[in-house]
Amino acid sequence: MSPIETAETAPEPASKIDLPAHLGGGGGEIPSFDITLRVRRFDPETSAESTWEDFAMTMYGTDRVLDALHKVKWEQDGSLSFRRSCAHGVCGSDAMRINGRNRLACKTLLKDLDTSKPITVEPIKGLPVEKDLIVDMEPFFQSYREIMPFLINTGHEPAKERLQSAEERERFDDTTKCILCAACTSSCPVFWTDGQYFGPAAIVNAHRFIFDSRDDAGDLRLEILNDKEGVWRCRTTFNCSEACPRGIQVTQAIAEVKQAILSRKI
Amino acid sequence: MSNDTIAAPRSAHTPQYKRHKTGRASFEMMAWLFMRLSGVVLVVLIFGHLFVNLMLGQGIHAIDFGFVAGKWSSPFWQVWDLLMLWLAMLHGTNGVRTIINDYAERNGTRMTLKTVLYIAAAVIIVLGTLVIFTFDPCPAGAVTDLPSFCPVP
Repeated sequence: MSPIETAETAPEPASKIDLPAHLGGGGGEIPSFDITLRVRRFDPETSAESTWEDFAMTMYGTDRVLDALHKVKWEQDGSLSFRRSCAHGVCGSDAMRINGRNRLACKTLLKDLDTSKPITVEPIKGLPVEKDLIVDMEPFFQSYREIMPFLINTGHEPAKERLQSAEERERFDDTTKCILCAACTSSCPVFWTDGQYFGPAAIVNAHRFIFDSRDDAGDLRLEILNDKEGVWRCRTTFNCSEACPRGIQVTQAIAEVKQAILSRKI
Repeated sequence: MSNDTIAAPRSAHTPQYKRHKTGRASFEMMAWLFMRLSGVVLVVLIFGHLFVNLMLGQGIHAIDFGFVAGKWSSPFWQVWDLLMLWLAMLHGTNGVRTIINDYAERNGTRMTLKTVLYIAAAVIIVLGTLVIFTFDPCPAGAVTDLPSFCPVP
């Protein structure tokens, strides 16, 4: 008998810690439930109108909305289109409107939603829909590019890394968490009106550099955001802060940029 | 065959990203700042106005033509009411301007609505200012319908 075979056939050693049943120590069944997934379908090749389509399935307590979408695509209707890359809340590809709120499908557990009613899944609003849950992100990234989301330093290039104190890093820590999923910008009623507003995501990423002690182009970015379509269009409705799957205090970041422009101009 | 081009998908509507620099540098910033400052001042002015008119003395029962005439004979209340008129009108006009900018979809509609708004605001501000400063409860030459406190000609 080879060592590998031994490892495969020998029973696992008993756990040294016995968890009581109420803490899940029994390793029992994962609860399952039946859900209806109501997806907003749009196929520009067949119809100019989008329609609701229901999918019924049995899912488990550990499943997320993304798993339900996968189940539809892999087992029921392969034509369902949506974006997802990492599927673990880091890449920001699968922001969608679930039960009327912008969230990441990969971070929303089905058991946290009301499974007695159909779970609605729509594309995020304010951006042109290309197919089903896929929207054209170009307007979003255009305003992101416009705020110059990269380090600009006019001094001499140091031989080693650019040093920064813990306090200086803390100043913009919150806004470094952005994953560019567009949940904030596509939840903003001002962005919905005409799509010309820079949007919370662009301002958050400008904030990340404006308050970075190593960056020298803060004035330039503040000038860009002092535009007619810049920070002054923000009405502090807090939709963005509520929508952010990373918990960034978006409205606060926008307010800090407003303050910075004011204190610079006056 | 594979050389065939695939037609672009027909999106419901494609908002063109057409942001452009406007000449009015910092106008939106000043407008934003004005809304905050005028709002704070208006809270004081309006509640002061309501308290003096409705609560002090005989309260609401004292309000009549003579009460208003009496108030406007004092430069203090002239300035108070003038400030209230200008700040409230500009504050409200700027608010509606913002709403029009948000919700009017076509440039023509936006221009028309804003023109109407600015004319209306200008007329009310000019008329109100004129009334506050030229108000005369006992115009010379009038004989009938004069309030009782006017000197009998």
